[in-house]
Amino acid sequence: MKIDHFIVAKKKFKSRLIVGTGKYKSMSECARAIKISGADIVTVAVRRVNISDKKKPLLMDYIDPKKITYLPNTAGCFNSTEALRTLRLAREIGGWKLVKLEVLGDKKNLFPDMIETLKSTEVLSKEGFEVMVYCTDDPLMAKRLEDVGACAIMPLAAPIGSGLGIQNQTNIKIIRSQTKLPLIIDAGLGQASDAVIAMELGCDGVLVNTAIAKAKKPFEMATAMKNAVIAGRYSYLSGRIIKADYARPSSPLKGLI
Amino acid sequence: MKKINKIKIKLNGKISMVSNNLTLLDYIKKLKIPLNKVAVELNYEIIDKNKLNNFIIKKNDKIEIVHFIGGG
Repeated sequence: MKIDHFIVAKKKFKSRLIVGTGKYKSMSECARAIKISGADIVTVAVRRVNISDKKKPLLMDYIDPKKITYLPNTAGCFNSTEALRTLRLAREIGGWKLVKLEVLGDKKNLFPDMIETLKSTEVLSKEGFEVMVYCTDDPLMAKRLEDVGACAIMPLAAPIGSGLGIQNQTNIKIIRSQTKLPLIIDAGLGQASDAVIAMELGCDGVLVNTAIAKAKKPFEMATAMKNAVIAGRYSYLSGRIIKADYARPSSPLKGLI
Repeated sequence: MKKINKIKIKLNGKISMVSNNLTLLDYIKKLKIPLNKVAVELNYEIIDKNKLNNFIIKKNDKIEIVHFIGGG
């Protein structure tokens, strides 16, 4: 079987699992979970430097951006202006152009504000950013995002951090059938089987944070997610059998004694 | 005794007093912040890190220094 690279914005990655770096007990736990997960891409947030406590460990000291691709996000931004400011700052830190846009519209559910998201995608794409976009699982909005230059469509499975798994498989299937862009399930996965389902639906990858970071044993869940994404991808590529309503014997009837 | 002129600015949302005639580059060096890991904004405008020396901090300037932290 030929090597099945994960390609985003013309860049090749080995792993189809993207891991978030938030909510871990410590930087070292985060770094180890990422290593175990095999992820090549990790999401990171942009925040103020802690001026009063400069001894606080820095993410870059634990996760080397030369070895792992940093995907700066706009988590916590509730309008286009904030999101654009954040990603322009992220680019200035070290030239990051591949970014995850996430414009939230609702503090309780953390659903994306798709009007602001669409506006921001267009501006960022024109500025030369490669924009991976957190979005609702609405096929029409996914198409609009593609039209304004998104480099990856990242619909939520369920609310961020909820662990509910994919709530609307039909919409994900429709989005898969309409786009050739990388389709990545972002947010809402809770366990390895959720990642398998996402991959079996034909998604190109999944993004997981809380499900690993808040599992009782994050390293074990990182292993599970790694293998789930691989299993789901192979399952999707293998062409599953057609479902039947009745049994079909696995052993031949010929020669039965 | 020579009086040291200090000016009031806002750094990352907090009021701070800094010496007069200080460049942004000097200030960040003084704060011992690793330049390769941050981005700097002056009055809502991102400043090219190679040009920090061109900006002298003025009274009431708003400076933001950001970096990457864990996030999903």
